[in-house]
Amino acid sequence: MPKNNNAKQMNMIQAINSALDIKMSQDPDVLVFGEDVGYFGGVFRCTAGLQEKHGLHRCFDAPISEGGIVGTAVGMGAFGLRPVVEIQFADYIYPAFDQICSEAARLRYRSNGDFTAPITIRSPMGGGIHGGTSHSQSPEALFTHIAGIKTIIPSNPYDAKGLLLKAIEDNDPVVFFEPKRLYNGPFDGDLNKPVDSWANHELGQVPEGHYTIDFEKARMHKEGSELTILCYGTMVWVAEAAVRETGVSADIVDLRSLMPLDLETIVASVKKTGHCMILHEATRTSGFGAELSALVQEHCFYHLEKPIVRVTGWDTPYPHALEWEYFPGLERVSKSIIQMMEG
Amino acid sequence: MSSHKSSRKNISNLHVPEPLNRPGDTPDFSNLHMPDLVSDKTHTLPRPDPMVDAYETEELASGLVRVLTLDGRTKGPWDPKLDADTMRLGLRNMMLTRSVDKRMFTVQRQGKASFYMKSLGEEATAVATAMALKDTDMVFPSYRQQGLLLSRGYPLRDLMCQVLSNSGDKLEGKAIPICYSSREKAFYSIGASLGTQMSHAVGWAMGCAYKGTDGVSCAFTGEGATAEGDFHYALNFSSTYRAPAIINVVNNQWAISSFQGIAAGQSKTFAYRGLGFGLASLRIDGNDFLAVYAAIAWAAERARAGGGATVIEHFTYRKEGHSTSDDPSKYRAKEEPDAWPLGDPVDRLKEHLILIGEWDEERHAALEKELDAFVLKAYKEAESFGTLTTETGINPRTMFEKVYEEMPSHLKRQRQELGI
Repeated sequence: MPKNNNAKQMNMIQAINSALDIKMSQDPDVLVFGEDVGYFGGVFRCTAGLQEKHGLHRCFDAPISEGGIVGTAVGMGAFGLRPVVEIQFADYIYPAFDQICSEAARLRYRSNGDFTAPITIRSPMGGGIHGGTSHSQSPEALFTHIAGIKTIIPSNPYDAKGLLLKAIEDNDPVVFFEPKRLYNGPFDGDLNKPVDSWANHELGQVPEGHYTIDFEKARMHKEGSELTILCYGTMVWVAEAAVRETGVSADIVDLRSLMPLDLETIVASVKKTGHCMILHEATRTSGFGAELSALVQEHCFYHLEKPIVRVTGWDTPYPHALEWEYFPGLERVSKSIIQMMEG
Repeated sequence: MSSHKSSRKNISNLHVPEPLNRPGDTPDFSNLHMPDLVSDKTHTLPRPDPMVDAYETEELASGLVRVLTLDGRTKGPWDPKLDADTMRLGLRNMMLTRSVDKRMFTVQRQGKASFYMKSLGEEATAVATAMALKDTDMVFPSYRQQGLLLSRGYPLRDLMCQVLSNSGDKLEGKAIPICYSSREKAFYSIGASLGTQMSHAVGWAMGCAYKGTDGVSCAFTGEGATAEGDFHYALNFSSTYRAPAIINVVNNQWAISSFQGIAAGQSKTFAYRGLGFGLASLRIDGNDFLAVYAAIAWAAERARAGGGATVIEHFTYRKEGHSTSDDPSKYRAKEEPDAWPLGDPVDRLKEHLILIGEWDEERHAALEKELDAFVLKAYKEAESFGTLTTETGINPRTMFEKVYEEMPSHLKRQRQELGI
């Protein structure tokens, strides 16, 4: 993280808001719309104040119609605007799935570059807020499977701002998932601890001005020598706590950009440590961990000392009452690390 | 009661609608929901000011706006009063479309292309639209509006090379035949996922309004795909944001083998759906070149002046199969196309021009011959770039290009894996 004297303490909501504000100020072609994002400023407050500052026609409410929101955004993008739309919860992105997969992702290809969809689709994802089956899902693997879109998941305010600015400036459609449990502070999955705040964390120090973070570039969250933990979003903080608790010397690789993926960093780390653990909150089968596992096997097989381990959500819907039994929290990750390193 | 079959009469029964005519039937359209064509009623529908309150278009949404009578005269307030040159150009564009369709259908039957779709009988809906709009107004076609491209002067060779997926294809064989794209001709990339383009058109129109241009967007769907959510999204968003869009529903009676009633259900007309969203709505005779021209011009004027979107149902008939992949004689009466009570768009405009002394059979036959020769010449040129069954001449490297603006490393690795 570069030193920046103009840094200000921000949580992830403020960092996202700052990115949107900067881009709307710089580029009149950037519009923000979605359900409740206008006057109210979004159910998670990410768009607060944008309508007041930039005008009704730059940040406005949309009908409850995710397919319509993304569909009109594709048309605006083709026209030459840079819409940033919000899907209120990742769990509600499915009505827009056809527009994302069949249209946004394919427009450049099928028209051979004649038309493009430079749109950003923001959506809060993940559990940890008692959201149950309908407000907790992590559907990222559905999008990484689609050629033509980029899938980004930040784990902290600094990355969220730099990656969102990059996403808006990118000429390809970007699905930008925001781990909602991290909006107000890093969360390591330990419910017994008081809620941490970004104010106590250096990644909560965010430059006030414009900066971007390149895609296809993972962030080495912690460096070590015995184990590589591949993770993103909320699981970065669970990994950090588990590494601390178990005392293992581990590389924690925060992927940030799932598609395109920084394979180079992954391969270098696993070749160094010889052990690979993959964490995600999403269900396991056909999850993004399956792709990571296959890539590590293909590229690092002769360096692996142990089978690759995945610690993930179970293959069930996200339960309400049993949220913490579903969530791959500190206890499960620590236990898996111990089993792997001692077994 | 011993059985679940009740003797009560007012019990609900699952209703599955069936078309008027199936194979073996003598075509009969007497029960088609349509005003009396012989009386003048359809020609006396008012042409309100384009900025009229949307709900005042109700009788236009349930009726049928027409200009050409079945005996070739023009009648009523919707007559756009085009000069003879414009009408002759319209006739020419429709005949060119028909000639291209005939040629490319044959080419597909010869195995030189994988797929084709004709627009026989519906040429007026696209051609008159293109002529009534500005050339810069973006059109969002479904897949049967080749008449738009041809009316805007898109090179025949380019169109044919796209169908042949050969080295002359500007899309480098990435899209299936007929999924044309031409930003230059303001013709949006056809995706062939039905209905999805409708909300793109609204987004484009919102862009025009946001930028304060006088552009309008003009979208097309068949009546079948009005059942898709995307159609409703488009109507809702265009109404909410007063988008300068024209939303055309080409009701050609058939969605592959499903007759229009499968999508329509108990609705009065497809145009009527626009009223529910507070949009101006018209149902027009889609085989009447002048009615299509007049309706599009009216809707474009309304959109440009800030009146928002219009829904236009083009009441027409698909005279051929859905595509080269289906045989319509398997699901509808064989004689149905010729029995369609609203006739043929080319014949009707031709008869009108003859009646007013601006055209004759000799010139018509000569033009037909001229266009066929013109099309054949273009086709020969297109075929010299290869066909699907010979050598496409497309570099395999291009497969990995234009997925993203810049090629990510995983695609570079996969390209290497293919050995290129």
